[in-house]
Amino acid sequence: MRALILVGGYGTRLRPLTLSTPKPLVEFCNKALLLHQLEALRQAGVSHVVLAVSYMSEVLEAAMREQEQRLGIRISLSHEKEPLGTAGPLALARDLLAEDGEPFFVLNSDVICEFPFTALACFHRHHGGEGSLVVTRVEEPAKYGVVVSEPETGRICRFVEKPRVFVSNKINAGLYIFSPGILRRIQLRPTSIEKEIFPAMAQEGQLYAMELQGFWMDIGQPKDFLTGMCMYLQALRAQHPERLHSGPGIVGNVLVDPSAKIGANCIIGPNVTIGAGVVVEDGVRIKRCTVLKGARIRSHSWLESCIVGWSCSVGQWVRMENVTVLGEDVIVNDELYLNGANVLPHKSIAESVPEPRIIM
Amino acid sequence: MLKAVILIGGPQKGTRFRPLSFEVPKPLFPVAGVPMVQHHIEACAKVPGMKEILLMGFYQPHEALSRFLVSAQHEFKIPIRYLQEYAALGTGGGIYHFRDQILSGGPEAFFVLNADVCSEFPLQEMLDFRQQHGDMHSFVILGTTANRTQALNYGCIVANADTHEVLHYVEKPSTFVSEIINCGIYLFTPTIFQHIGNVFQRNQQELVLEENSNGWHRAEVIRLEQDVFTALAGSGKLYVYKTDGFWSQIKSAGSAIYASRLYLNQYSQCHPERLAQNKPGGPIIRGNVYIHPTASIDSSAVLGPNVSIGKGVTVGAGVRVRESIVLHGASLHDHTCVLNTIVGWDSTIGRWARVEGTPSDPNPNDPYAKIDSETLFRDGQLTPSITILGCSVTIPAEVVILNSIVLPHKELSRSYKNQIIL
Repeated sequence: MRALILVGGYGTRLRPLTLSTPKPLVEFCNKALLLHQLEALRQAGVSHVVLAVSYMSEVLEAAMREQEQRLGIRISLSHEKEPLGTAGPLALARDLLAEDGEPFFVLNSDVICEFPFTALACFHRHHGGEGSLVVTRVEEPAKYGVVVSEPETGRICRFVEKPRVFVSNKINAGLYIFSPGILRRIQLRPTSIEKEIFPAMAQEGQLYAMELQGFWMDIGQPKDFLTGMCMYLQALRAQHPERLHSGPGIVGNVLVDPSAKIGANCIIGPNVTIGAGVVVEDGVRIKRCTVLKGARIRSHSWLESCIVGWSCSVGQWVRMENVTVLGEDVIVNDELYLNGANVLPHKSIAESVPEPRIIM
Repeated sequence: MLKAVILIGGPQKGTRFRPLSFEVPKPLFPVAGVPMVQHHIEACAKVPGMKEILLMGFYQPHEALSRFLVSAQHEFKIPIRYLQEYAALGTGGGIYHFRDQILSGGPEAFFVLNADVCSEFPLQEMLDFRQQHGDMHSFVILGTTANRTQALNYGCIVANADTHEVLHYVEKPSTFVSEIINCGIYLFTPTIFQHIGNVFQRNQQELVLEENSNGWHRAEVIRLEQDVFTALAGSGKLYVYKTDGFWSQIKSAGSAIYASRLYLNQYSQCHPERLAQNKPGGPIIRGNVYIHPTASIDSSAVLGPNVSIGKGVTVGAGVRVRESIVLHGASLHDHTCVLNTIVGWDSTIGRWARVEGTPSDPNPNDPYAKIDSETLFRDGQLTPSITILGCSVTIPAEVVILNSIVLPHKELSRSYKNQIIL
């Protein structure tokens, strides 16, 4: 089987991290975001993955060559000259996708969940329609576009954008499988699959919804990245508790790379990811944070709801909170307070940031 | 022989020092580890010929005050008494009321010092200056240089550049008069009482003429600055001795941290034994730090610059304190960070909490800048200032308290920023 991943553009929503690293390669829970998807696809029998990108990155290409070797699958990059939206890339990659005549997967690259690709392929073959999409339940459907489907078959009746009265609590989770027949509906021009293609398919009774079990999160923004991390670690607790860290000073779900060092008298967790080569000095308190590769957190600091970028250095007695995001190689001087700071790469911070703002 | 009078005011004064003045009379608030007025007493006791020091104010007899007087007499080997005004009589009215007490024993001169200033107290220099410049019956005001805008908040002095005679005196003018300001430290001879007496007589006559006296105006309430100095200016009797030494008012709690820094700097010259040293097994000391011998400080704590740690304070592992005063009995748990803060008596700060204020230091780029006595609010917003925890306040672990004033006996349960917590 084949799959298309809608990687898209510069990942601006996840800046400042994506100023240093293409979004698919940003580590989410100590694994590049894209690898979560590639590994799940391979598990479901996908042998060829097409990445739809609207900008070219040598770093991304090199990383994909490496993953081809590691996973034993083929990875192609399909480069859009202009952004083609969520449907146009299917037209661009038409030949690759239709080659084997089999149904193929399409997914948004920002989604994290327990990918149900095998079940989705099975569901799709069973109903025989042209497309299937995964839906997930949300608490406040009025914020989203919701999917209304027949409870028995899952056949989608219609889509309602930001409903003012309750019609459904299921939203499009950004994971699809399509029969090659869908390709005749899509022209090679910027097109939205959600707004322009799906409604017509639903009207013809060709689109079915499968409900997702377990967590789901769009982690395209730092705030949601952290929320998604909490969900992912909780799922890990249920399925692979041995991968989580434990010991004195470790509270709740904490993921620590084996090459990281944690000092004495620290309290880490709940919901913390510590990357490769990270050094956490003595007496540090961290909760609900991701600390990326090579960063150093100096003694007696306190961090909550932060993303600490690669190779950053956070000084002694620093307090960081409220979705503070440090880009690559940021230095935070001793004793500062950062509240919701968004710091671009290679900055040295010498003054506190008491209210949320961007440090250029 | 010489005497000195220290004007300590009373409980209705010093409201800008709340909530700290709820617990202790402001003159006894510790600055650089010792009560504010002890610095005055020490400076007076050093002057040769000083025979008695009188504290004057309208505090009710007070246990803490009496205890302080006993210990200060013992330490400085000089008689120290408290004279209680029956009402707030002003800076001139008090000394006039107690003129017989001041003059008993026949001092040829006496100093008057306001308690709410911090200074090098160049008292001997004032005596020498009088010897050199004025006649022996002249009076001397200690003056210092301020910048043009801040001078308006003080008593402004215009003096003859050669003779240093005061030609003009005006208290808190609305337009610029002079950058020489009154430091609130004076050297008088007994003849000052004739001049204060004249004001008293005039006040009495005015009160007689004023039929509907509401009882608030008393003839005995006399202000040295407005009532006496203004009249003496230009009469050849009043001189200004200008000092370049450190000086600051201590009006707000924020200025107490600044004053502590000035006195701690001075300790390196005159009281090196009061400054903490880096010792093996001891905490890390950066810059000038005072630690009371009974305080218990973990060896991994980092203190300074400008930190005063009071009696019986406990400082845990990995604690950081900078530009702060920690009052007796307070407890800072492991990994706390305390910056630009006054931690009240018996307060507790939970581990990994951050308690931080904004310093109100004078502009460091202006050598004549003074500390601004900011209003608490500006445009309806609390002006960012040092953080003050009143007595017995409890701060939970891991929160941040920023630019806030916490009134006594509060147990907080979350973070606060830019607030007064009643």
